[in-house]
Amino acid sequence: MSDAVKTVEVKKKFKRESEMSYWGSVFFRLKKNKMAMVSLIVLVIIVLGCIFVPIFSELDYIHTNTDNNNQPPSWEHPFGTDQIGRDLFVRFFNGGRISLGLALSVVILEVVIGTIMGCIAGYYGKFADTIIMRFCEILMSFPFLMFAITMVALFGNSIPVLIFVMVLLTWPSVCRIVRGQILTLRELEYMEACEALGLSDWRRIFKHLLPNILAYAIVFATLGMASVILTETALSFLGLGVSPPTPTWGNLIQEARNFTILTQRWWYWIPPGLGIFVSVMCFNILGDGLRDAIDPKMKR
Amino acid sequence: MNENLNSINSENANDVTNDINNDLSNVDDVDIGAMMVPESGMPTVGQKKEDILLDVKGLKTFFYTSNGTVRAVNDVDFYVRKGETLGLVGESGCGKSISSMSLARIVETPPGKFEGGEITLDGRCLMRINEDERFLISEKEMRSIRGNEISYIFQEPMTSLNPVFKISKQISEPMILHRGMSKKEAHKESIRLLELVKIPNPERIVNEYPFRLSGGMRQRVMIAMALACEPKLLIADEPTTALDVTVQAQVLDLMNELKERINTSIVFITHDLGVIAEMCDRVVVMYAGKVVESSPIEDLFSSPQHPYTQGLISSKPDLVTTEKRLNVIPGSVPDLTDLPPGCPFHPRCYKASERCKVEFPPSHRLTDEHLVSCWECKGEEIVSVSETTLEGGEPA
Amino acid sequence: MNDTALLEVKNLKKYFPIQAGIIRRTVGHVKAVDGLTFNIKRGKTMGLVGESGCGKSTTGRTLLRLLKATEGSVTFDGNDMLAMDRSKLRAFRTRMQIIFQDPYSSLNPRLPVSEIVGEAMMQHKMVKNKREMKERVNEIISKCGLFAEQALRYPHQFSGGQRQRICIARALAVNPEFIVCDEAVSALDVSIQSQIINLLKDLQDEMGLTYLFISHDLSVVKFISDDVGVMYVGHLVEYGSRDKIFANPIHPYTKALLSAAPSFDPAARGGKGRIVMEGDVPSPANPPSGCRFHTRCPHVEPICKETVPENRELEPGHFVMCHKAESL
Repeated sequence: MSDAVKTVEVKKKFKRESEMSYWGSVFFRLKKNKMAMVSLIVLVIIVLGCIFVPIFSELDYIHTNTDNNNQPPSWEHPFGTDQIGRDLFVRFFNGGRISLGLALSVVILEVVIGTIMGCIAGYYGKFADTIIMRFCEILMSFPFLMFAITMVALFGNSIPVLIFVMVLLTWPSVCRIVRGQILTLRELEYMEACEALGLSDWRRIFKHLLPNILAYAIVFATLGMASVILTETALSFLGLGVSPPTPTWGNLIQEARNFTILTQRWWYWIPPGLGIFVSVMCFNILGDGLRDAIDPKMKR
Repeated sequence: MNENLNSINSENANDVTNDINNDLSNVDDVDIGAMMVPESGMPTVGQKKEDILLDVKGLKTFFYTSNGTVRAVNDVDFYVRKGETLGLVGESGCGKSISSMSLARIVETPPGKFEGGEITLDGRCLMRINEDERFLISEKEMRSIRGNEISYIFQEPMTSLNPVFKISKQISEPMILHRGMSKKEAHKESIRLLELVKIPNPERIVNEYPFRLSGGMRQRVMIAMALACEPKLLIADEPTTALDVTVQAQVLDLMNELKERINTSIVFITHDLGVIAEMCDRVVVMYAGKVVESSPIEDLFSSPQHPYTQGLISSKPDLVTTEKRLNVIPGSVPDLTDLPPGCPFHPRCYKASERCKVEFPPSHRLTDEHLVSCWECKGEEIVSVSETTLEGGEPA
Repeated sequence: MNDTALLEVKNLKKYFPIQAGIIRRTVGHVKAVDGLTFNIKRGKTMGLVGESGCGKSTTGRTLLRLLKATEGSVTFDGNDMLAMDRSKLRAFRTRMQIIFQDPYSSLNPRLPVSEIVGEAMMQHKMVKNKREMKERVNEIISKCGLFAEQALRYPHQFSGGQRQRICIARALAVNPEFIVCDEAVSALDVSIQSQIINLLKDLQDEMGLTYLFISHDLSVVKFISDDVGVMYVGHLVEYGSRDKIFANPIHPYTKALLSAAPSFDPAARGGKGRIVMEGDVPSPANPPSGCRFHTRCPHVEPICKETVPENRELEPGHFVMCHKAESL
């Protein structure tokens, strides 16, 4: 191998983008996107608040105190109290816990189910593909609200029912995206090389296809968080969400649905409204930022 | 109207450039020993200035990316005579395409930026950038030059043609725009052009959509489009790389024939030395954004001087060679954001000396037209540029 | 031993169905490969040349059963390739490998080189554990001209030529006897191309590999091959030893192809005696009747339009598919 001369290794102080691992360079590009980083920080603060405020506060979210109702924000009650004297600060973060927790579980379930089904449909094709894709099309043509009302009427409005409804109606869109990606990846020459090397299906799916889809799944999940939070709010507002007195951001807004409160007791609805608004916006910006970071060519 | 305006503009520009050329020559007289003399741009011996159609001096086009500054074109000089075919040859990333795209400013800016250089087309200055001034002709003027005085043919005929318009529309558009033809005239002219590029049944083809044509046919349509306004300069960027050998032969023959007929100059960009040998009168060899050798075609193949050119020629198996192993240039093309100091070729060069590692060599003149940028070519009857100009400057 | 054919191909056909309508009815076939017969001897290189769409890549993939053949037989070292079941085929795959054209899409961007090269060894239990695998990987990649330290890097950190070395290392990892090089050097720069060609030659000498070298570049095929086949729209129009094909081409298509290749001699410009063919390569979906070359052939006669010429052995080991082979 006389002429197979190796490239000169140049040692550099600073790591350049071209020398990083895949996820390293994704994070490197994300870090340069200021909006996305601000969103990430805001989201971390909200999540930490939702985790720790309920743990450390002396009051819990159903503690009532009728002597102390309808108080505007004060040091003792930063977000004020409601008609029956419950502390709205604690209720806000408890609500966030449930809203975000619900959104997270819905998103994880839909992405996992969607990815698995999409992989099966895209990789094995033919019969499996036909069955799964027809099933997806059926689910995607369900009218969402009608279905939610029916399910709540049948099984009552509990968190598991909500999760079930939302997951059932959202995984087909993940499935379709994953299947499309797999169909593209399957045609690439490295998948042909896998066939030529005689690798097992298992290895081909888990080592070669899934890691290439993971990035898209993460983007989808981030953007999905935003839409699930909004859906939960809408359902709660219609009284189809989590049943009171358990607080969610949607429930808190629903409780403010009355003219006096809207005009005179702003502390009822501004914090949950802002909570929903800020977190949804942050998830959307972060999701877009991630997409650009993962696939820089998509930008512009 | 337009034509009048153009001519006025170009006259003005002519005056300006003449003035400046005079200025420059004065500077030369004063500062004769310094290395300020154009290295290959304006040949000083046996060359009339009127023959030169395009003159590029010290062109620098850089790209600013997140990975660093890409010095795609770094101080490049070349010129094209009237009716001549100049070959620009080099490997991927050597800057041959970017230099040609800088001519009509079709480089995307940003991330690209012209950092220096002077471009003169037919006596008219298109760009002059140095420490003191930054002159670029306006975008409006440039638009009248593009497609009219300079036209391009690109590698991929599929993506260069718009799939939703008929062939006739795509060919006639520049003629309606630049030559003020009516739709009907332009349609007729399109058919004539298709005939010129030897497309069978031009009356039928002109009403087809691009996807109905084969690759070779599409490239012929591209040539017809490029010739629509009878440009002074045709830039062909790898026009036959995507084509099969037999179709390539057809297209090359066609281009040679057309060149004779309409007397346009061609800059032919390719990585294929065989195609260069087939097409060009003179060749400029580029490596990592620099011109390393420029020479008449015969000299390039019979006595290549730069080690890179030698390597390129000997590493390609010819249909005639019988060796058991191929000659190779070791290593790989350097990263343009991180070029080695001195001569960028030195890490791969078998002749490299200590000097090559620190200083980029100026071009050395072998004959009138044969210039080489290499320190190690000096010992072989090569006189450096400054000396030639000294001799040429003072007629005996 | 040296003269035995490692690979015997008889009347190989690969048709792709053209489907149309809602119920995906088959309305015709793209006859990508239509009746190929050739042998490749052990330790030798067969070159397959032709223009785009002539079916040379399909041939390579069909031989390796990456595509299912429509008809014909492929015998590899006495084993009928086309009759094997899935599990037997999977084990058999270690004996034959492929190197692709595009060094970018042929490597998974998410796996480090050690994994890309080593995974097949683990799969086929050619190594006992991860450590042994890493040692083997280092050995193979340094044989292919890369550093052992580079094994932990990802494909995007390499240049095109280095990526092609990784592809070669991946193919060599399973100790194959036969490698299909599908335009393996076409996407590379000239100076890198020669490095890779030399590497392939060195590896062949060292490990006794057999190659099917598919390319559209005549000079490269001439350089590397022992035997050469010329394909045109699914037919193998001429097949024989390299010297015969290049020194004494018989089929008009081979002649035209050879004369169309640009030479390095500027003096020979304008093509003394160059045969410039009119027209384009016909589509394999709708090939011309009779001899498929008759639409562009300068020596065409009525018989060429009607009947497909037989594949005749003019001299020992030199096959030509042309009605007028003797008179040309």
